[in-house]
Amino acid sequence: MIDRIRKILEEHGGLAVDSSGLAEDADLYRAGMSSHASVNVMLALEGEFDIEFPDRMLRARVFSSAGSIRAAIEELTAGR
Amino acid sequence: MNDSIAKTGLSLADAPLLRAQRVAAVAGKHAASVDREARFPSESIEALRNERLLSSYVPRELGGDGCSITDLVRQCLVLGQQCANSAMVYAMHQIQVASLVRHGLPQPWFERYLGKLASEQLLIASVTSEVGTSGDLRSSICHVETDGAGFKLRKDATTISYGSEADALLLTARRAANSAPGDQVMVFLPKETYRLSNVGTWDTLGMRGTRSPPALVEAQGSLEQVLPTPFAEIAPQTQVPFSHVLWSGLWLGIATDAVARARAFVRAAARQKPGTMPPAGLRLAEVTSTLQLMRNNVFDVAEESDERMQGSDNESLTDMGFVLKMNNLKISSSQLAVQIVGQALQICGIAGYKNEGKYSLGRQLRDAHSATLMINNDRIHQTNASLLLVHKDD
Repeated sequence: MIDRIRKILEEHGGLAVDSSGLAEDADLYRAGMSSHASVNVMLALEGEFDIEFPDRMLRARVFSSAGSIRAAIEELTAGR
Repeated sequence: MNDSIAKTGLSLADAPLLRAQRVAAVAGKHAASVDREARFPSESIEALRNERLLSSYVPRELGGDGCSITDLVRQCLVLGQQCANSAMVYAMHQIQVASLVRHGLPQPWFERYLGKLASEQLLIASVTSEVGTSGDLRSSICHVETDGAGFKLRKDATTISYGSEADALLLTARRAANSAPGDQVMVFLPKETYRLSNVGTWDTLGMRGTRSPPALVEAQGSLEQVLPTPFAEIAPQTQVPFSHVLWSGLWLGIATDAVARARAFVRAAARQKPGTMPPAGLRLAEVTSTLQLMRNNVFDVAEESDERMQGSDNESLTDMGFVLKMNNLKISSSQLAVQIVGQALQICGIAGYKNEGKYSLGRQLRDAHSATLMINNDRIHQTNASLLLVHKDD
């Protein structure tokens, strides 16, 4: 799953560094992701994993690292 | 409650709103000359200092009033009714104070400074704009150059409101030489740590007294002056919400002032011919309903901000649904301010079009037109359009 997330971050995150080299807990905003880019990341993740992030998850912290994104997706896809 | 406090007779123990009303009376006397001469509203700022209002958002234990955001909105409203320039300087200062209170505390350095701000009534200006960033708040070119426990920086700002008159600056910069444009920190600069040069001119349509020319900032200080929270969090948690809500409060003040002038005009006409509805009577009824809409919107969002900030969770203002709501407040109140002053002008006619006299509305109209441009509404519409792609309103 983390590779699929990294691929989306690579394409849509607008990161200043290579996402494959980013630690799972590295701060994406610090790595150059703008709030506009984060919306594109959300959209791409919703498409890729066939999920919808509920409003309670639409907070900066949830999308602040590859690891926190994975935790959110795991919560949404649990029991599938 | 205000009345009971007023009865104690101790002017500095008076409720902040009452003190703001006294400042507004001073601001009103000088509003025309501040506008005409495009000068800093020094009389109002001195009155704010005398009434100890520059520390109204500082917590009580540090010598301030511990005001809520709704309190600040009410103060901006009464100031805005008399002098939008004074109200804007006050609002911008409070946005910087809120950033220090919410993101600098409990660091001892900032605790000491906020205590000093309360005792000496210091004024803080903001330096977020920069040559080359196209007005994007969330990116910087300049950076903090660290040297041991100290730093140096140099920022070429496109606009610094009352920079020359302030006692301190709060400035955005990239964290380090190799940081991405969006990896920003806020650096707090007391007067002795910076120098302004190449200060340009500020000759504008309205908001002429905010004195917001371009300037070059060169600073040197200790790393303790860098706020520990990244700007990526300070912007959505404090700077943007406080701006939208406080500015909306003072724009409401401009609109309220315009409607009061229109109301006085219609009343004077009615007294001339009792029993006959003046031609503009209907227009007055119409504009007061628009003003009510604006007012309800401003206080609804201000009160919700206070409710959300009651917990210790600094992220409570960044829920996407609430971000949309605040952005919508900024868009609608900036448009309504212009619309309402225009309607008032239609009512007052040539008496409103004149630059002199009690029905004059030129200053209000020119000041109101800044509202849709300060953080351009088009940029906010674009943000909202993008947020709506993922936001679910359920």
